[in-house]
Amino acid sequence: MKFAARHAFVGNPGYRLLPLRFRRLPWDQGRVLVTSMSGDWLIAQRNDLERAVTGQLDPGEPLFADMESRFLISADPDRSTLAPLLSQYRTRKDYLAEGPRLHIFVVSLRCHHTCAYCQVSRRAVGQTAFDMTESTAQHAVGRLFDWPAKTLTIEFQGGEPLLQFDRVQQLTKLIEQRNRTEKRALRFVIASTLHDLTDEQLSFMRDHGFELSTSLDGPEWLHNLNRPRPERDSYRKTVDGIERGRRVLGDDAVSALTTLTRRSLQVPKEIIDEYRKLGFHSISLRPLSPYGFARKTGARHGYTIGDFLKFYEVALDRLLQVNRNGYFLEETYTRMLLSLLLTPFSHGYVDLRSPTGAGLGAVVYDYDGRVYPSDEARMLAAMGDHSFALGQVDESIETWMSSPGMQRILGAGVAEALPTCADCAYVPFCGADPIDHYARQGDSIGHRPTSDFCRKQMGLFDTLLRRWEQGSSEDRDILEGWALRATCREGVLEAA
Amino acid sequence: MQPLEAKVHCEQWPASPLLKVAGLAEFAAGTFPPERMLLDLRDARVRAAGSAICRLPWAGFLTDVPEHAPPSRPWIAVPQGAFKVGVGDVVELRPHASKMALRYRRGSNNNILFTTERCNSYCLMCSQPPREVNDGWRVSQLCDLIELIDKDAPSLTVTGGEPTLLGKDLRRIMARCAEVLPQTRLHVLSNGRAFEDGALAQMFEGLHPSLTWGIPLYGDHYSLHDYIVQSAGAFSQTVRGLYALEAAKQRIELRVVLVEPVVERLTELARFIYRNLPFVEHVALMGTEPIGFARAHYDDLWMDPADMAPVLAKAVNFLSKRSIRVSLYNLPLCVLPESLWAYSRKSISDWKQQYLPACEQCVVKGRCGGFFAWTTDKWTSQSVEPVRGTSCAKH
Repeated sequence: MKFAARHAFVGNPGYRLLPLRFRRLPWDQGRVLVTSMSGDWLIAQRNDLERAVTGQLDPGEPLFADMESRFLISADPDRSTLAPLLSQYRTRKDYLAEGPRLHIFVVSLRCHHTCAYCQVSRRAVGQTAFDMTESTAQHAVGRLFDWPAKTLTIEFQGGEPLLQFDRVQQLTKLIEQRNRTEKRALRFVIASTLHDLTDEQLSFMRDHGFELSTSLDGPEWLHNLNRPRPERDSYRKTVDGIERGRRVLGDDAVSALTTLTRRSLQVPKEIIDEYRKLGFHSISLRPLSPYGFARKTGARHGYTIGDFLKFYEVALDRLLQVNRNGYFLEETYTRMLLSLLLTPFSHGYVDLRSPTGAGLGAVVYDYDGRVYPSDEARMLAAMGDHSFALGQVDESIETWMSSPGMQRILGAGVAEALPTCADCAYVPFCGADPIDHYARQGDSIGHRPTSDFCRKQMGLFDTLLRRWEQGSSEDRDILEGWALRATCREGVLEAA
Repeated sequence: MQPLEAKVHCEQWPASPLLKVAGLAEFAAGTFPPERMLLDLRDARVRAAGSAICRLPWAGFLTDVPEHAPPSRPWIAVPQGAFKVGVGDVVELRPHASKMALRYRRGSNNNILFTTERCNSYCLMCSQPPREVNDGWRVSQLCDLIELIDKDAPSLTVTGGEPTLLGKDLRRIMARCAEVLPQTRLHVLSNGRAFEDGALAQMFEGLHPSLTWGIPLYGDHYSLHDYIVQSAGAFSQTVRGLYALEAAKQRIELRVVLVEPVVERLTELARFIYRNLPFVEHVALMGTEPIGFARAHYDDLWMDPADMAPVLAKAVNFLSKRSIRVSLYNLPLCVLPESLWAYSRKSISDWKQQYLPACEQCVVKGRCGGFFAWTTDKWTSQSVEPVRGTSCAKH
């Protein structure tokens, strides 16, 4: 018979390296994480990687096959194919395919809170000059449908959008009317404190399939300290709003996120237990942003990324414990990072993309008719720096995309091409955030060794990889469960 | 085991026709023209229905008693015990050889459209070794056969050889199915290599409402896959073919035969599928069929299924956790851990399936797919033994 033995199918001897990046594991210097250009990876002994790089791998050894099937090396080019690598790359960058899906409408800057860390530059309740006008709203709806995305998430934001609910209603109706011919998939989200939420507002939201996204910083004392109102009742009013929202819109329709102050960092367990107590299955632990009022009060409320990472480790332990005890509770940013590590898929989160999500994944229509590529760009503008303004609602989206602000973003918006990021093993899972770097470092390209953004990302990736690799099989299953779940319910994060 | 071909007595047949066996229901329904049917006179009710029915232009008659057939009309008599042919079946008669073959069996779980004996691979464990013959005549015969298949047939398997070697003619066959049998699921078993450049795959876009492709993948890297299919470059062609099929919006099942070198990297293969081909609908992990080339490669291929259990469990759990459906074919339940029974399917075609003497005592025999009729001792797991009780039985 004409059968050939196994070695006959090896092809031409030798192999070539494909683009790869590596990182020595901080918890084990003898081993390295090796990642491919599309984010497949393995952990290898450091001397094995050295052997691989110096051409000493033998086609018969398992590591050869492992590296080949993860597209870290390529053997005989006449017999192998790079089609899977290209497919992985396309899949990872799928968020680019349709342009911006997240559209933020800032209906008013007015707010009844006086939060010291406010990322927005809020205005007092009576200052109606900071409301979006009807004609701005009409223009914005026109532009919304100029974008090609088949799925549009419309997020109403403020200030406190409930203070301008007429405009929310008008926008919703205009958008739905227009959508009768456009036939896009629509999602409406309202980011609100939920204070003074009326039954009429709720029934409107129910009729139009709204989701609620609110802020809850933790237990009552912490929330009220972080979010002062003269009446000291912010917590109670928000929790009341959550409960009413759940009754009318369903449990899944209400999500909450924290903003972490220096005080919050002392009490990770209490914050998580609060979410557990209130029946949430999802929590978002968000470090402070360097914008708005947060920047002015930074010295008082701020902390280092190192402090945050210490907090995070304790919080993660608590979360795992809660899950081990049979209650599903995930942290949204963790879920997203894990899904990037453990799945081949793209994600809906706009703040961790390369090319950046600013302007390419999200657009913000401000109350005054100005348009920004992200919330952060709007906040910078509110502080007097218009570097990243795209234009006005009555201009075309082409004008916005070719604006100097957008050029500035794109020039620093591809992580794989940024200094230091270009060589980082985590870059296939990471993103470029030119506006954040500009805000913190005064330069949109930024300097990674002193970048808080980078430090946070590296710290989180290291922590999660170590936990996943070295944790008990039960913890590993929990972390995997978050990652895999993320891929079935894409999109929820983008509004967070 | 059922033979699919037998010697028959037949007279007055001018050509080699495909014939559908008709009873009273087929007569009454009028779905198929009598000219293409064989009236089953073995049924007393048909004979009692009177001679008027026999005067219709039937192609001929099926009978145990040739005198029952109207004079000077064609008839076939099937010798006792040689062959089981029933109403609704489609047979091919070769009068010169006095042979009849079953081409479609009503109610069978595995009716096939056999497209060609030719193949561009030469797999180590091929159960149906290919032959380099010119059998292009099969295309028009299949199109004829399709017309005689029951409209409510749940599924058909299109196989070979390698069906895609037919090129555009394969599309013709599928289009005929779409037209005549729109309710019938079609499952094409192909190595996918011919789809590599994309043009062929595109021909199938939107062609048939429930068409799936069963494509084998034997490794996470080319040298393993190419070795199993004994064809350099096959891995690359199949993988690119899979992307072409996906681009043409085709539904894909991956088929993995559990021979020893494949099992050795099965968890890596599962990972490769998830990372690179997450669009596949179903992964079938299949025990080896001990016939054809497989028998010649026992030493290279055989692995006792009981020894695969840990790896199987890992691969099955990995994929199913990631929402990729997995099934286990051709593996008896007694060699699998009970946690995998839910994934096991009774996959062996009825006509070539059997149980072993040990199975008589087994409490899960009814759920078990059993064995291939041609299984021998050395191709049977050492762990085969009757299951006496299950954890479910306690509830």
